Amino acid sequence: MSELTDLTLAQAREGLRARRFSSVELTGAYLEAMEAARALNAYVLETPERALAMAEAADARLARGEARPLEGIPLGVKDLFCTEGVRTTACSRILADFVPAYESTVTSQLWADGAVMLGKLNNDEFAMGSSNETSAFGPVVSPWRRSGSDAPLVPGGSSGGSAAAVAARLCLGATATDTGGSIRQPAAFTGTVGIKPTYGRCSRWGIVAFASSLDQAGPIARTVRDSAILLSSMAGLDRRDTTSVDLPVPHFEAAVGRGVAGLTIGIPQEYRVAGMSGEIEDLWQRGAGWLKAAGANVVEVSLPHTKYALPAYYIVAPAEASSNLARYDGVRYGLRVPGRDIVEMYENTRAAGFGREVRRRIMIGTYVLSAGYYDAYYLRAQKLRSLIKRDFDAVYAQGVDAILTPATPSAAFALGEKGAADPVEMYLNDIFTVTVNMAGLPGIAVPAGSDAQGLPLGLQLIGKPFDEETLFAAGQVIEEAAGSFVPPSQWWR
Amino acid sequence: MNAPMRSAKLIKGATGDWEVVIGMEIHAQVTSQSKLFSGASTEFGGEPNDHVSLVDAAMPGMLPVINDECVKQAIRTGLGLKAQINLASVFDRKNYFYPDLPQGYQISQYKHPIVGEGEVVVDMAEGAQVTVGIERLHLEQDAGKSLHDQHATMSYVDLNRSGVALMEIVSRPDLRSSDEARAYVTKLRTILRYLGTCDGDMEKGSLRADVNVSVRRPGEPLGTRCEIKNVNSIRFIGQAIEYEARRQIGILEDGGVIAQETRLFDPGRGETRSMRSKEEAHDYRYFPDPDLLPLVFEQALVDDLARHLPELPDEKKARFMAQYGLAAYDAGLLVADKDTADFFEATAGYGGTPHDAKAVANWIMGDVSAYANSVGLPVAQSHVTPAQIAGIVDLIGEGVISGKIAKDVLAIIVAEDKSGDPRAIVEARGLKQVTDTGAIEKVVDEIIAANPDKVEQAKAKPTLIGWFVGQVMKASGGKANPQAVNEILKAKLGI
Repeated sequence: MSELTDLTLAQAREGLRARRFSSVELTGAYLEAMEAARALNAYVLETPERALAMAEAADARLARGEARPLEGIPLGVKDLFCTEGVRTTACSRILADFVPAYESTVTSQLWADGAVMLGKLNNDEFAMGSSNETSAFGPVVSPWRRSGSDAPLVPGGSSGGSAAAVAARLCLGATATDTGGSIRQPAAFTGTVGIKPTYGRCSRWGIVAFASSLDQAGPIARTVRDSAILLSSMAGLDRRDTTSVDLPVPHFEAAVGRGVAGLTIGIPQEYRVAGMSGEIEDLWQRGAGWLKAAGANVVEVSLPHTKYALPAYYIVAPAEASSNLARYDGVRYGLRVPGRDIVEMYENTRAAGFGREVRRRIMIGTYVLSAGYYDAYYLRAQKLRSLIKRDFDAVYAQGVDAILTPATPSAAFALGEKGAADPVEMYLNDIFTVTVNMAGLPGIAVPAGSDAQGLPLGLQLIGKPFDEETLFAAGQVIEEAAGSFVPPSQWWR
Repeated sequence: MNAPMRSAKLIKGATGDWEVVIGMEIHAQVTSQSKLFSGASTEFGGEPNDHVSLVDAAMPGMLPVINDECVKQAIRTGLGLKAQINLASVFDRKNYFYPDLPQGYQISQYKHPIVGEGEVVVDMAEGAQVTVGIERLHLEQDAGKSLHDQHATMSYVDLNRSGVALMEIVSRPDLRSSDEARAYVTKLRTILRYLGTCDGDMEKGSLRADVNVSVRRPGEPLGTRCEIKNVNSIRFIGQAIEYEARRQIGILEDGGVIAQETRLFDPGRGETRSMRSKEEAHDYRYFPDPDLLPLVFEQALVDDLARHLPELPDEKKARFMAQYGLAAYDAGLLVADKDTADFFEATAGYGGTPHDAKAVANWIMGDVSAYANSVGLPVAQSHVTPAQIAGIVDLIGEGVISGKIAKDVLAIIVAEDKSGDPRAIVEARGLKQVTDTGAIEKVVDEIIAANPDKVEQAKAKPTLIGWFVGQVMKASGGKANPQAVNEILKAKLGI
């Protein structure tokens, strides 16, 4: 049955509707693949019984000809999404065995469209990380290896479980979240497609918060088309999230194949960072060439405040996180480590419950919001944020439809290779992606090539607010030119 | 306003006079069905944690959604305080750890409140008025409650109040005595009740005050203040200020300095005590709540709410003075409670015809109030009706009964004939005033004849006529018309 897991989501959808196979068969194939791939540590919780029950219900609807958009499609869910009756931890010890009594808006929309839940996917603790090494469940191992090497590689993060599971054929698609690059960077590292939609496109209700003004949900999938199909089901207004936007959700899939003829694609000179490898530079030029060949007008543009995005991000995101994570205090749910009094209970619980990186960001955030430092740090970072947004507005006002950049400064690195001594080394992974979160814009990462060691590399397209359709259209052009990227062997079996 | 000083309010210390300066932060619970950012009920009482939503308990991934009704209530209140309404305001997070604060932060408004500057005019005795400046009003969440008496070693937390909407109304330091402070809170509560934006029930915690107190020598700059937290009755506010002012004066006169600190009032001991010093004060790390967009509304909403605002106490008082000819003091007393004011109007205009409004006011504030108080009810809820009071006032006005008999009629209504019509009571019981001068003359003659010595004395000292009036009234069973009695006596006694 392994060939079933080789189908894309769009192909599986067609096969299910044509009754060539059932959702129970398809789901069973994935459950088998998951079991065989536990070495990757992509799933932190498998829910086979629930999956098969959902698949049976889907088959009944398929049999009645009442298929909904994702009827019978098996998906993985990042453990940041609260799932009713299913343990949700954000991969932190502090949530322990927390079982929500509610379902996040995004996942409930997926189930309402007929999708099947396979389980919960690993991620960096509270989505803080770029390698999936900060998870309380341990790191995810990428299905990719450098040619001629057995060294385990990171899948990127924070949605490392989602990206690894999609790349290793452990689900047809996965939910993910992106605060500074957590969808796009792991997608780029694993040869998958990930889109962070415009801030406000997807409801944040029921997603464990990291940095509220930056967090957005989005899909990771094998193809641009698959990601478009998933986003249509995930997006939409939710009155329970006042930052979600009251705009109709386009039929994103229709934009796939629309092409780029007549579009203007901007190449921002400021993204040519010092020390950028020739491979990345070549990849970028090749991508621009494909778009040009497909009829796009490629122009140089300037986003002058780009260099401030990463430092400003590492003020805004920890500040919000320090406040968002205050609720994990041992009083109502999750871990509690007793103490002599309430203050000691807080200290013991939070010291034991949060990992190093989370503690570091809480401390940074607490510091930058403190009396006397607020103006110097948080307020200035917010002003920079406005300037970064204005840069993009100006470029789009010149008639640019989308902006092309590399997704990451390099291919995937080895487990334990980065950030051990200097966390900033890890933070630099987000250099091309954080600007998009700071400006609230949509961004897609599409696999576009390989490095010298055979590891996938991705390009990023940044769109106008609520114009994800152009990203799907342009992303598909790159995808078609670059071909697909599948791990050369299933070494983990 | 900052009147230089009101010398009558100064406090005498051992080394001279001191002026006490008071500003207040009133926390008023917004009258609404549900909480500020969740759909949970705001009902008082209920079992612990009966009224708690996922948002109130700060479950992972939960988000606040502003309750429009609470916003409208804040706007109405701002209008009632003649204050600036800010069409754009911002919710901030005030971060601190406490078990009854589930989010680890309170959602409040820090830099950009929904309501800006306004004022409250407070009536003091003898027609004096104090205008208290309102600095701002903002919306914020209430916290839950820690219960320390439920378990031997653990504390419990009740989140029923967690997330309930409060309006924090901040005054300028314009108050100069505990009397003024109490009058200010009373007036503010009256305004809130007129508006229907807060029930003002201090026993249930719907209205609490943080009182800032400092003292200074008259004319000198402001002294260091202490903040007395969470005082929950108007009487305690007065006591806390008196104690705190004396305490500070004592320290200063002994050559000490006031430490800026937060204090608590202990009603049992009638004293304030230190809660935490300025150094121990929290750093709340305020920042705009990223879960909530700025609160923005149109002027049209404000205009619409303003159009439907009820008549407020100050306007009602002015109207009572103009329309009914009431004295300022009487009008002020009547409007202090909206139901009483309505009861007054129902009586003064009962049956569509005007009745002697001043007399109606006196009856309501006098005998009817006394009766209502004795049974523990507000005037408007005692069983005495506007029809009955209007009837009594009419009977006096027509000269059918005297004021004294009128009191007897009210006593009959209170005790025996609850729904009785005063006119019918007077008829049935023969309480009609005797205005037949012949009958009165006969009584007068008898009394003069029986008291020759008093007659002689009265000629020398005419005020003794009062004794004769009393005797005549007594003999007539109170029914003689006092005016007629006076005239006849004067004639007969030749004074």
